[in-house]
Amino acid sequence: MQIIDRRLNQKNKSTVNRQRFIRRYRSQIKKSIADRIINRGITDVDKNESISIPSKDISEPSFRHGQGGNRNRVFPGNKAFSVGDKISRPMQGEGQAGKRSSDSGEGNDEFMFELSSDEYMNILFEDLELPNLQINQLKKLINYKNIRSGFNTDGTPSNIDIVRSLKGSLARRIAIKSPLKKQLKKLEQALQQLPSEERVQSKRLNDEISALKRRIKRIPYIDSFDLRYKHFTKLPQPTTNAVMFCLMDVSGSMDQETKEIAKRFYILLYMFLKRSYKDVDVVYIRHHTHAKEVDEHEFFYSQETGGTIVSSALILMQEILADRYNPENWNVYAAQASDGDNWDTDSLKCRNLMSTSILPRIRYFAYVEITEREPQTLWYEYQSLLEHFDNIAIKKITQQSDIYPIFRAFFEKQGINSKFNSRLKSGGL
Amino acid sequence: MSKKRLKSEKVTASKPISRGADWNYDLINQYYAAIEDIANDFGLDTYPNQMEIISAEQMLDAYASAGMPIGYNHWSFGKHFISNEQSYRRGQMGLAYEIVINSNPCIAYLMEENSMMMQALVIAHACFGHNSFFKGNYLFKTWTDAEAIIDYLVFAKTYISDCEQKYGVDEVESILDSCHALMNYGVDRYKRPSPISMREEKQRQKDREQYLQSQVNELWNTIPEKLQSKDGKTRFPSEPQENILYFIEKNAPLMKSWQREIVRIVRKTGQYFYPQRQTQVMNEGWACFWHYTILNELYDRCHVTDGFMIEFLQSHTNVVAQPDFDSPYFNGINPYALGFNMMIDIRRICEKPTEEDKKWFPELAGTPWNESLTFAMRNFKDESFIAQYLSPKVIRDFKLFALNDDAGLNELNITAIHNDAGYQEIRNNLSMQYNISMKEPNIEVYDVDIGGNRSLTLRHITANNINLDETTSEVMKHLHKLWGFPVKLISEDANGEQYVLNRCPLEEVTDTNG
Repeated sequence: MQIIDRRLNQKNKSTVNRQRFIRRYRSQIKKSIADRIINRGITDVDKNESISIPSKDISEPSFRHGQGGNRNRVFPGNKAFSVGDKISRPMQGEGQAGKRSSDSGEGNDEFMFELSSDEYMNILFEDLELPNLQINQLKKLINYKNIRSGFNTDGTPSNIDIVRSLKGSLARRIAIKSPLKKQLKKLEQALQQLPSEERVQSKRLNDEISALKRRIKRIPYIDSFDLRYKHFTKLPQPTTNAVMFCLMDVSGSMDQETKEIAKRFYILLYMFLKRSYKDVDVVYIRHHTHAKEVDEHEFFYSQETGGTIVSSALILMQEILADRYNPENWNVYAAQASDGDNWDTDSLKCRNLMSTSILPRIRYFAYVEITEREPQTLWYEYQSLLEHFDNIAIKKITQQSDIYPIFRAFFEKQGINSKFNSRLKSGGL
Repeated sequence: MSKKRLKSEKVTASKPISRGADWNYDLINQYYAAIEDIANDFGLDTYPNQMEIISAEQMLDAYASAGMPIGYNHWSFGKHFISNEQSYRRGQMGLAYEIVINSNPCIAYLMEENSMMMQALVIAHACFGHNSFFKGNYLFKTWTDAEAIIDYLVFAKTYISDCEQKYGVDEVESILDSCHALMNYGVDRYKRPSPISMREEKQRQKDREQYLQSQVNELWNTIPEKLQSKDGKTRFPSEPQENILYFIEKNAPLMKSWQREIVRIVRKTGQYFYPQRQTQVMNEGWACFWHYTILNELYDRCHVTDGFMIEFLQSHTNVVAQPDFDSPYFNGINPYALGFNMMIDIRRICEKPTEEDKKWFPELAGTPWNESLTFAMRNFKDESFIAQYLSPKVIRDFKLFALNDDAGLNELNITAIHNDAGYQEIRNNLSMQYNISMKEPNIEVYDVDIGGNRSLTLRHITANNINLDETTSEVMKHLHKLWGFPVKLISEDANGEQYVLNRCPLEEVTDTNG
């Protein structure tokens, strides 16, 4: 008999099988995610997501008996039956049906399970990437981190590595002393072999011995030659901070439903940025004729009316950028939601603001127009920016179910070719 | 049943092994030694034991692979894992106290959460009960090789992951899916198999690859001489084959040799589970009988305290409880309950037979119980065990009744209850309920159109008008994938009338270009 403690063994033997399952049913899981994303709040970002897919999609077929036919069965717990009694057939789903459903493994129509938030994000944002992320990151190596990189023979006293230095000293002492000591030993042996009365008189030998001893004594315990200094180099760190500007029109023409759609869009963008950046700040700017920086709740729920001057929001964003989020240190993203209304002459002003002071400073600007009407001046002005800037995209959303597909359209990975090229450039192939 | 035992007059005689609920290695060793002593006194013949302490998560892992310590990777195991994990987390399901593997040495898992009493119970139940059953029962002796199973599983896992590297995960997964659909049809029920052996397996596998392929080609190259069967048509195979996977492995025309090997792996794994499917009542009954007997003996020998016994009896009673048919907890007949009570009853018949027992079991009444019980354990499976040993007393205790459920009628008909007139019928019906060829549809390889379009025909022989369920067409698709040519399922009723039940592809293909 032997006892083996397996508790410290690898625990997740089933991980591979679990991943295989998720891989196989990716399309169903994706569908379930797309259905559920609408019901998620912005604060639920890190929660697990429960997924349900139809049981019949994942059942394992085999040759099995179906219902019906003529069966003889034995049951326990007879209370009052006698031979020849007729009893009415119990409703499906109890009694005999119990056994059948346990035979096939599932009783439910839906197979429910939970994805961890990582798995969820992976599937949700599969094949999406932040545009121009790599190139920009290489450009913006702002923070440096000191990291150890071996030892140096030169440096400031505060960086002396004592252990290394003493090791050096010990090694040096051994290396210099040992030939001298060997010689000393030899002389002493020679002295021993002389008859005792001659020992004191042999001046030559005694002189040599004492000279050697002095030499050995003179070897310094520590020498500047031994000193080793910790060496540091500066490793450039890509900045991991991002800020997301949410701009929204809250004029009278934006109703609550339209705002809900915008909210979903912002949530998706937030979760997506969260994946690439450690910290994501969110700045909420709402505007009608004036723009104002507000908190999340006020952004989505407070009601105000008035006309619409979009440029007011852009000006505020520009100010905040200059004030708090220096583009040198921050990855700036912005998403603007609007129903397309704008004061007539203002749209041109927006375009100028964008092209001169906003787009050059930020990573990406996504504009969604939530409306069923034909696009208006703002749309066309933004559209003309597309020719000159590759970090702006505009899309139109008409209903809730468009959000996820539109979001994906914003960040779809570029074609295989460009991916191949960029890998070639970075030397990965 | 505990009242008599709890008189603690003997307890003063020696000191119990432990008093607390916590276990440690030293205590496990002491309990094991005490239990082993008792098992030896009763003459239980077992494989050497290997006990592995695992955590609850690892128990869930073990569940997912049906208790196999090593398994190849497949999404279906992931599905089972996820569904077990979900119901465990939501508290809908407790974990089994133990899992035991039919191997030599016999591997039993002890969960770290178990109390000392539970560990002792598991040792008695798994390390001695199940273990001796694996070693003694004829089905296990015939169908499995405890020496080689672990090695074979390692071989299978390595082989399949090699294939995944060579041919891609999707290719391998698709073959495995198809094989799993037919897993229960990978056993020759009436032929004895050659036991799985690792060394042989490895040696032969290389030869097999080439040899098999040549065999298959030969079959398809040569137009066999016309064999005239009764209906005047040529049939291949000349006799229907029940082992569908074996037939595919040997005869599928287009299969590559690695695919044949995978079919074989699934077939062999299925074979490993075949005895377990047929001996659930006996196996659990035997293990329960022995944990009950051994732990009571431990108490009599003053190794355990009263508290230990009360905790034990509570667990034991839960395990062998049989809810009535109209209870919300009813989920069929509990194999632990039926098996345990039948085993206990055999001992009773041997030791204290009544007049009724002497009439029903003349060959059993008054014989040494241990010998008779061991004989029953060795030579029966559930079906025959019930047919042979289900006594009127157990039928009365369970208040068993038989009913006839004919889909053609509106009402269910009670055909027998626990009285003199009903015992025999209940016994026969219950025995049939455990007959694997009644539980699973009777489907065989019937014909292959060798000279023509190479289509494969399976025959389902219906009994009692019970038809196949709706997943059949999915299975046929899998079969089609394996066979590579059209497949057809015909159904034959009691009068010998045949009709086509399903085919894949759906249209009959007459012209094949390979």
